Amino acid sequence: MTDSTLVRVEDLHFTRAGRAIFSGVDLEIPRGRITAIMGPSGTGKTTLLKLIGGQLVPDRGRVSIADEDVHRLSRRALFDMRRRMGMLFQSGALFSDLSVFENVAFPLRVHTDLPERMIRDLVLIKLQAVGLRGARDLSPAELSGGMTRRVALARAIALDPELIMYDEPFVGQDPISMGVLVKLIRELNHAFRMTAVVVSHDIKETLSIADYVYVISDGRVMAHGTPTSLDTEVDARVSQFIHGQPDGPVPFHYPAADFASDILGTREVP
Amino acid sequence: MIEWLAWLGRVALTTLAALGRSAMFLAQTLFHMPGREGVHLWARQMHFVGVMSLPIILVSSLFIGMVIALQGYIVLVGFGADEALGQMVALSLLRELAPVVTALLFAGRAGSALTAEIGLMKATEQLTSMEMIGVDPLRRVVAPRLWAGFISLPLLTAIFGVIGIYGGYLVGVDWLGVYSGSFWSNMQSSVNFVDDVLNGMAKSVVFGLVVTWIAVFQGYDLVPTSEGISRATTRTVVYGSLAVLGLDFILTALMFGEF
Ligand SMILES: Nc1ncnc2c1ncn2[C@@H]1O[C@H](COP(=O)(O)OP(=O)(O)OP(=O)(O)O)[C@@H](O)[C@H]1O
Ligand SMILES: [Mg+2]
Repeated sequence: MTDSTLVRVEDLHFTRAGRAIFSGVDLEIPRGRITAIMGPSGTGKTTLLKLIGGQLVPDRGRVSIADEDVHRLSRRALFDMRRRMGMLFQSGALFSDLSVFENVAFPLRVHTDLPERMIRDLVLIKLQAVGLRGARDLSPAELSGGMTRRVALARAIALDPELIMYDEPFVGQDPISMGVLVKLIRELNHAFRMTAVVVSHDIKETLSIADYVYVISDGRVMAHGTPTSLDTEVDARVSQFIHGQPDGPVPFHYPAADFASDILGTREVP
Repeated sequence: MIEWLAWLGRVALTTLAALGRSAMFLAQTLFHMPGREGVHLWARQMHFVGVMSLPIILVSSLFIGMVIALQGYIVLVGFGADEALGQMVALSLLRELAPVVTALLFAGRAGSALTAEIGLMKATEQLTSMEMIGVDPLRRVVAPRLWAGFISLPLLTAIFGVIGIYGGYLVGVDWLGVYSGSFWSNMQSSVNFVDDVLNGMAKSVVFGLVVTWIAVFQGYDLVPTSEGISRATTRTVVYGSLAVLGLDFILTALMFGEF
């Protein structure tokens, strides 16, 4: 089992601003597979990726990548480990002082000694894969939201990482680029055996590429299984989410006081 | 009374924590040996921090030199001592005005820009994504800016002093008619290289360290929202200026205080 699991999350507890985000999450991300993490907005999917990447430190529990405890590594070792990971940020987070080309070239320049010629070719290959080779000279401020995300994706895969984490890769994409991205993620996984974690709300696309799915809600793993097994899941909360129904046991609202009393002002104003 | 004490304790604790964080931050940032890449990044920041501060430094120093000459002349001529104008202009510039005013302008022009720039990079997750690529933003983003600030402030101070003296010369000699020979010779005989020039430069080295440190730390440590950025920018200018004025008094007492 050990060698087929790349990332192992055990008994993860995490609190933010006094609110428990995770209370006991366990999950395993198998090597060379695409694992999807789904769940309602605000349940902590982005937070989970940041915990895996060592950006945040859990209150309890452990996250290990290739059997190394991420949060026990020295700063130096952590940075070394991150060279083997790629992360697509929800906001893109391109470097605003560098052009599109230089953004994608950045990981190559800082982590390799490749000649300029080779860097150029690699960057153009990655940009071509996301359909933005023609945008190489633009600055990030000149890109649309969907384009920003695709450049960020090209940058995240520049070094062909072992593990790549996509935070909402499909947001803001038109149907064509959506199809291209789905295909790209699948190809990267098949051709390079890249382990992928996809966080997404686009259920149809996500289920079509994922090998395994975790559904997180209320700080716990609510369900997990292969896409087909989840499709027939009997648990009402899971099927509500998978089939996108507004009414059901999963609350759409952030925890709040009763709506009527809030509106009518019967609740004390703090 | 208890509440007041609790408040005082809280303020003291948060201040101490911030001081501790900023000291750690400085230590982590300063002691990196820059590679070839680092030198390149530093040169780029020297342009943004140093060269782009030149216009405001040139203009202010010229006017300040001119004003001192004018004020000084009015006082000195009453004693028939207008020959001493060169000495007065040079000493007040080299000992006080060049280091202090340059540092204040630098906090306003370069310091606030550094804070806002780093703060915006933090707010747009650029620093986080750099960390995830496996590059330490302290080395890549903060260190070159810190070193550019340390080095450019003393240089700007030297330029301020030279242009200020030239401004004093323009007003004193060209306009008010002080004899040019005595303007320069009085200056030469009274200005001591170690006491005046080097002490003034020593001040500017200290100011450069403190102002840049405050600016980059405020940017790195801020709350990543637009309000957080504007607050931190203001804090850079206020803390930077107060630190310069306070330190100037202490340094002056140490340097010139042996009565
Ligand atoms: N910097 C922060 N400080 C305090 N709380 C935060 C912070 N960032 C996020 N949170 C809280 O953590 C919770 C989880 O946030 P997170 O961004 O991980 O959600 P998410 O599952 O990625 O949601 P989405 O699908 O909308 O991106 C949210 O309820 C949010 O209020
Ligand atoms: Mg998110």
